[in-house]
Amino acid sequence: MTSEKVQELGESLHPLERKVLPALKKHEKLSDIVRESGLLEVEVMRAVQWLQAKEVLHLKEFVKEVLELGSNGQKALANGLPERIFLKAIEEEAKNRDDLKAASGLSDEEVNACVGVLRGKAAINISQGPVFMITEHGKTLLQKDTPEEALLKKISQKEVSPSNLKDLEKLAFSNLKKRKDLIVAAIKKEWTITLTPAGKSLVKLDLKDDLIEKLTPEMLASGSWKDKKFRSYDVEAVVPKKARGKRHFWNQAKQSAKSIWLDMGFKEMTGNHIQTSFWNFDALFTAQDHPVREMQDTFFISEPKEGKLPDDACVEAVKAVHENGGDTGSTGWNYRWNPEEAKKNVLRTHTTCLSARTLARMKEESIPMPAKYFIVGKVFRNETMDWSHLFEFSQVDGIVVDENANFRHLLGYLKSFFKKMGYEEARFRPAYFPYTEFSVEIDVFHPKHKKWFELGGAGIFRPEVVKPLLGIDVPVLAWGPGFDRIIIDYFKITDIRELYKNDVKQLREMKEWMRL
Amino acid sequence: MPTVNLNKQILEKLLGKKLTDEELKDRISMLGTDLEKIEEDDIVVEVFPNRPDMLSEQGFARALSSFIGAKTGLRKFKINQPKDSDRYTVKIEKSVEKVRPYTACAIVKKLNFNDEKIREIVQLQEKLHITFGRHRKKLAIGIYPLEMINLPITYKALKPEEIKFRPLEAPGEMTGSEILESHPTGKEYAHLLEGFDRYPVFVDALDKVLSMPPIINSHETGKVTDDTKEVFIECSGFDFKVLNQCLNIIVTSLAEMGGEIYQMTLERQDGKDVMKTLTPDLEPQAWKLDIGYVKKMIGLELREEEVKDLLERMGYGYDDKEHTVLIPAYRTDILHQIDLAEDIAIAYGYEKFEAEIPNVMTLGEEDPLEVFKNRIANILVGMGLVETISYNLSNKDINNQKMLLDPKSKVVELANSQTIDRSIMRSWVLPSLMQILSENTNKEYPQELFELGTGFVISQTTETGIEEVPKLAVVIAKADSDFTSVKQVADELLEALELKGSVEKASHPSFIPGRCAKIVVRRKEVGVMGEIHPQVLENFGIQMPGVGLELDIRKIYELVTQ
Repeated sequence: MTSEKVQELGESLHPLERKVLPALKKHEKLSDIVRESGLLEVEVMRAVQWLQAKEVLHLKEFVKEVLELGSNGQKALANGLPERIFLKAIEEEAKNRDDLKAASGLSDEEVNACVGVLRGKAAINISQGPVFMITEHGKTLLQKDTPEEALLKKISQKEVSPSNLKDLEKLAFSNLKKRKDLIVAAIKKEWTITLTPAGKSLVKLDLKDDLIEKLTPEMLASGSWKDKKFRSYDVEAVVPKKARGKRHFWNQAKQSAKSIWLDMGFKEMTGNHIQTSFWNFDALFTAQDHPVREMQDTFFISEPKEGKLPDDACVEAVKAVHENGGDTGSTGWNYRWNPEEAKKNVLRTHTTCLSARTLARMKEESIPMPAKYFIVGKVFRNETMDWSHLFEFSQVDGIVVDENANFRHLLGYLKSFFKKMGYEEARFRPAYFPYTEFSVEIDVFHPKHKKWFELGGAGIFRPEVVKPLLGIDVPVLAWGPGFDRIIIDYFKITDIRELYKNDVKQLREMKEWMRL
Repeated sequence: MPTVNLNKQILEKLLGKKLTDEELKDRISMLGTDLEKIEEDDIVVEVFPNRPDMLSEQGFARALSSFIGAKTGLRKFKINQPKDSDRYTVKIEKSVEKVRPYTACAIVKKLNFNDEKIREIVQLQEKLHITFGRHRKKLAIGIYPLEMINLPITYKALKPEEIKFRPLEAPGEMTGSEILESHPTGKEYAHLLEGFDRYPVFVDALDKVLSMPPIINSHETGKVTDDTKEVFIECSGFDFKVLNQCLNIIVTSLAEMGGEIYQMTLERQDGKDVMKTLTPDLEPQAWKLDIGYVKKMIGLELREEEVKDLLERMGYGYDDKEHTVLIPAYRTDILHQIDLAEDIAIAYGYEKFEAEIPNVMTLGEEDPLEVFKNRIANILVGMGLVETISYNLSNKDINNQKMLLDPKSKVVELANSQTIDRSIMRSWVLPSLMQILSENTNKEYPQELFELGTGFVISQTTETGIEEVPKLAVVIAKADSDFTSVKQVADELLEALELKGSVEKASHPSFIPGRCAKIVVRRKEVGVMGEIHPQVLENFGIQMPGVGLELDIRKIYELVTQ
């Protein structure tokens, strides 16, 4: 590292690193650096780890055995060992057991232990009673620390390893060890720090102490920042994530799809999720014995079971078209249409029911043609969930009511929409739906997988749908591809259930809709 | 959708042309069928429900060979007149009128059955039962070896106990009621004869029962084997036109296997008169075609010869002089001219159409309530909240019990949900957010969420008896959440919407008493908020204090736009 680099490094040091630096000159052991710097061990550890990352030093961990004070050891350090307390209590005058206990605060157990120890050292005499008296030797002992006390003091001041004791200390250690909670031998981690050549030059630098760490309102008020330098930051360091508010990613995509239709001059349709079968099926020329109207495909409402049918003229026209084609030139389905069946409430199985309602509304409100409508909304099918099926999913529906509309226009509208949703290539295959003729299936080309994907259906509403609702037979282009399938690829979702999982982490981290 | 299994070699023979796998794939899907797979000689194709005539290998090949131009135009099928036509009769008694009034019948001879062909015919019969026949509700088909039968045949209805025969695969004779009670097929379809005091039967000249439609054939007279060379076929049901079409699909398939079709006379007793009808009737229907209409819908300039050519590629005939389309008698899906127009477009090839965006001026317009909801969402996002979207389908436990609402509170219920735990429509949105919190207890806090959703409530005034209320719910879960945290959100939102609201003390079972309030704007209650009751948190397994809010967005919208 060049000296300029070292200088630069010096100026960008964090305050903690800066505080550790002087200690690094003198010490190699982390514990020593902690003592010297006056910082907490975690702070020193953080600082030396940062410095290690900056190639200033190497950190090496090892394990060592050290002596530590036990709970009674701490007490003894403050008040002396019990034998000192014992001797002090009889220093002036001899005392019997009760007086001694009252004066010293020692327990029976401690008194007994002290008697043993002090007699062994010839520090007391015991006369009848028993009465305890201090000897002359006892008095000299009081003048200075016992080897045990000296060891306790040493341990409290610096690190002492049991393998490094002097002879006298060894004896004291073995005495202390026998007694309860005075001293313990513990295994501790320690780190040694060696400076790299860059580190050696770094510690020699004369770093100014008055770099500005944080600009404060006071500094701005006083102008004290003017003749100082700012500490440089490591601007490349990773910072914690900032939490932000977010629309659900599905709604972001929906907004985008909506603006595509709005830009093409489409009006938004809205309507209820629960519809009578009349609007969901009958108005869309779906015969009453069609399998889709069975329980296993459609959610029926048990409470309230039935709704009301629209005005008689509309019902009569739909009934006629089912039974014999009415005035549409169609043969119809040739069966007895049952109004009770049409009253049954269902969860809409497609948003196409709203397209049907819109046609009826156009007649009712004499809305002029050409007219174009769209909706992106929820639909329901009575299916068990798996990776590609949901009981509640979404569809994008649209209609173009235009005297001059034709099949090629249908393809045109759909191609434009899919292109803007990110699918450059779309193709159309013949398909079948009860309410459209022509009917097409839309495939889009996936540029990465190099495969065609089926995205949904479209067509031109049958005259049997249009005439009873709108009153006249004009071409109505209509489509209703599934919307979820269109957008999951963008979000890299392969299991469709992920769309509505509401995993808070996923919601926070999901990428934004950036198309358009 | 039903599928058809095709053998490539047989298909090629029927097509009269060889195609590569790629060509086959492409042509099959551009004809309006869905190719499932081609593996060596096995081809599996999905047929849309409007084309039951393509459910047999023969029918499929017929359509495809026209489409690829190998064999175009109307197919001619010869109908033979039996010499002893008196015997080729089916007498229909008045007794069937109530239970199953119609039948259409035919005889096909010169068949060369083998196991493979029998399997094919049985499959066609089953697929027609399921799709076109709506699980035998609309029609049922019976096929019988002619050599076991003595013509003529009678179609009549008898009391269940008068019917006695050995049904297919049964050990011995059973009565009509026994069949419905204990024969496996009888039990499966018993509901189709429920409530009738007489059941329909076909019997031969010796009074032997052939079958009891739509349930089962007789083991003795109703089982086709590889020795069978001649068959009697009947379709029974409620719509004579549909029965004819179904019969036509079967006899034309058998004819393409090499069979010879014989017509039968149906004699319907009508008072003293006897009405006679001949089936099968394979005369094509002639329809006038308005070529102007076709061109307009397709968006292409087509000359009449081109239209004729395209129609022929879809198996139709075209009469230049009458300008009529001749529709094959096996087509069941032609209801309106538009159906012919679509077939013309399919023959032209969907891949050949150029997409066009017409220059039609209309004004785009977003729904005002949707615009309003978006605005609310953006205000909440500005406050750092994360939007969720959960299902409208819920259950009473989440919607009521866990929220400490009266378990008897009325909700909109589903009749038949296949998904456990999804049996009602949620009446409010806050429980969905509580559910989300409960599923995210291992994620980082604070969790501050909102959802714009729908509450479904029972109402007398709407079309369906259900009112769908647009709602906003907010939850904030964090260690230091309190009433202030949620009141701030409500205040800020109302302020942004320029509404002056007041907060009034309220009680609600989902919130802590004394820490719950209703939000009132211009004397209208628009919502409720408060600290979530710890019992609610416990019910959802949440160990983090939380606050919540639920607003009626439609009421707020009305106040803003007033």
